[in-house]
Amino acid sequence: MIRIAQLSCGTEYSGIQFEIEKAARSVGAKIVYPDVSAEDINEAVDRFGFDPKSPQLKLMIARAVQLADDRYDADAVFITTCFRCAEASLVRNELRRFIQENTRLPVVTYSFTERLKSSQLLTRMEALVTIVERKDLLSRTRQTGLTAGLDSGSSTTKAVIMKDNKILGKSWASTGDVVQSATTVLKEAMEQADVKPKDIEAIGTTGYGRFTLGKYFNAKLVQEELTVNSKGAAWLAGKQSGEATIIDIGGMDNKAITVRDGIPDNFTMGGVCAGASGRFLEMTAKRLRINIADLGSYAVKGNWINAKMNSYCSVFGIQDLVTTLGEGKPFEDVAAAACHSVAEQVYEQQLQEIDVRHPIIQVGGTSLNAGLVKAIGEILGEPPIVPPDSQYIGAVGGALLSSGFL
Amino acid sequence: MKVFIDPPNSMILFDLVERFGHEPLCAMIALREMVNNTEIDMPPMNISLDDVVKGLKYAGIEVPSGIRGRLAVWGPLIEEADAAIIMEDAPFAFGCVGCERSNQMVKYLIKKRGIPVVHVSYPENEEQGKLIVSKIKEFFEKLKEIS
Repeated sequence: MIRIAQLSCGTEYSGIQFEIEKAARSVGAKIVYPDVSAEDINEAVDRFGFDPKSPQLKLMIARAVQLADDRYDADAVFITTCFRCAEASLVRNELRRFIQENTRLPVVTYSFTERLKSSQLLTRMEALVTIVERKDLLSRTRQTGLTAGLDSGSSTTKAVIMKDNKILGKSWASTGDVVQSATTVLKEAMEQADVKPKDIEAIGTTGYGRFTLGKYFNAKLVQEELTVNSKGAAWLAGKQSGEATIIDIGGMDNKAITVRDGIPDNFTMGGVCAGASGRFLEMTAKRLRINIADLGSYAVKGNWINAKMNSYCSVFGIQDLVTTLGEGKPFEDVAAAACHSVAEQVYEQQLQEIDVRHPIIQVGGTSLNAGLVKAIGEILGEPPIVPPDSQYIGAVGGALLSSGFL
Repeated sequence: MKVFIDPPNSMILFDLVERFGHEPLCAMIALREMVNNTEIDMPPMNISLDDVVKGLKYAGIEVPSGIRGRLAVWGPLIEEADAAIIMEDAPFAFGCVGCERSNQMVKYLIKKRGIPVVHVSYPENEEQGKLIVSKIKEFFEKLKEIS
């Protein structure tokens, strides 16, 4: 059983410890707590260099030191503290760095409220388990045979057919009925690839609808999108070795993942606010009555400063944009402001939870929006790589990894 | 040698570092640059939204803005420092940054840099004060020998 070491403060008194353990159990993992003695604590805090006032944070540090010194056996690390506790937030982020500098254990950090449910942690826990359990599969760099990948996302469903490390067919559609959408895009991809269903040797599914699709299509691989998308992004960008950061701004949630040789070792998932996701761009386009596909080309020609928004909110922020248009400002500036707003939020809320490594690879449907790519590049001070077929990362990752079962 | 002082606005530590022939890295200099920056007008210290966002380099979005704003000022100084002097248990009148969480993080960032540091405790009497000056003097002499 995969052992996930929990380094935390406040989970018991927030009433969510049960939910954490439930999430771990549901993916076949077990939450463990590195043993420390009272004497270890002061020594560990002294060595770590941050002396928190809260004793439970001191305990967190001591547990992290046990892991760093290899005095406690764990396969992955889950670091979690209360939302909005400044001291805990400082310790949480520095402990994550400390673990990454001193171990090769995959780490995920999370700040919780009392409303946390196990389902919110499921993808994160599943990814930790996948990274540990399927290391060999994740090391796969070439697709072999004839396989299909299906990515059932919150906004769109994508299918890819691959043969001998090449994409033969691909298709996408808006997600409606999960099975129906996948069936349609798979059929179109197969027609493009000129293959019959019986020719396909393996299918890999990922995304929100992965379990339903996995069952329906009898998939050989049913895997969460953090690891699958990382593989797909690394393959598409031709960056299968070395380090990279993958930014995937999705329709419902965003992922920022650091990878080493295409395998994630730290990631964050955001999904609290529509204003920080691709949905915001969709809503902006709709409100401005322009095609979502045109938003990016408007944005690259505009200057976001001319249409500064007073709110990140998908209601009030968009209202600001409409007001700006009413003042006679051009569409280009308004579109640029919408893209800048999303990019800024991803930077402020998510990229701070990981240490950005280079190169930066931007993927997902929103990477087709040149304005958003430009905004991310401006904020990070480095233009991201947008690989061809960047919206198909999940499907490509599914096809690539499922070929490992042949 | 560039020496970061903690508390970063201690006039006494500033003076000591200068007297020993080194360059103190302190809040006064960083803030003077900000105040004299005529590009913006955000009194009293010209700390702007951009500065607070820059503080994200040192602390995540969940950390209150006052801490991030402080770290945006002190953080680059710590990165620049060759050595540091930390005065422990100093009363606020000696110099302080007004926030215990920021103090903790400043000490942590200094430790993480791995630069030579001398820790001294706030003196209760003249004798202890003299000992502190000697300790700091000795620290600089040792650094000179090493370099």
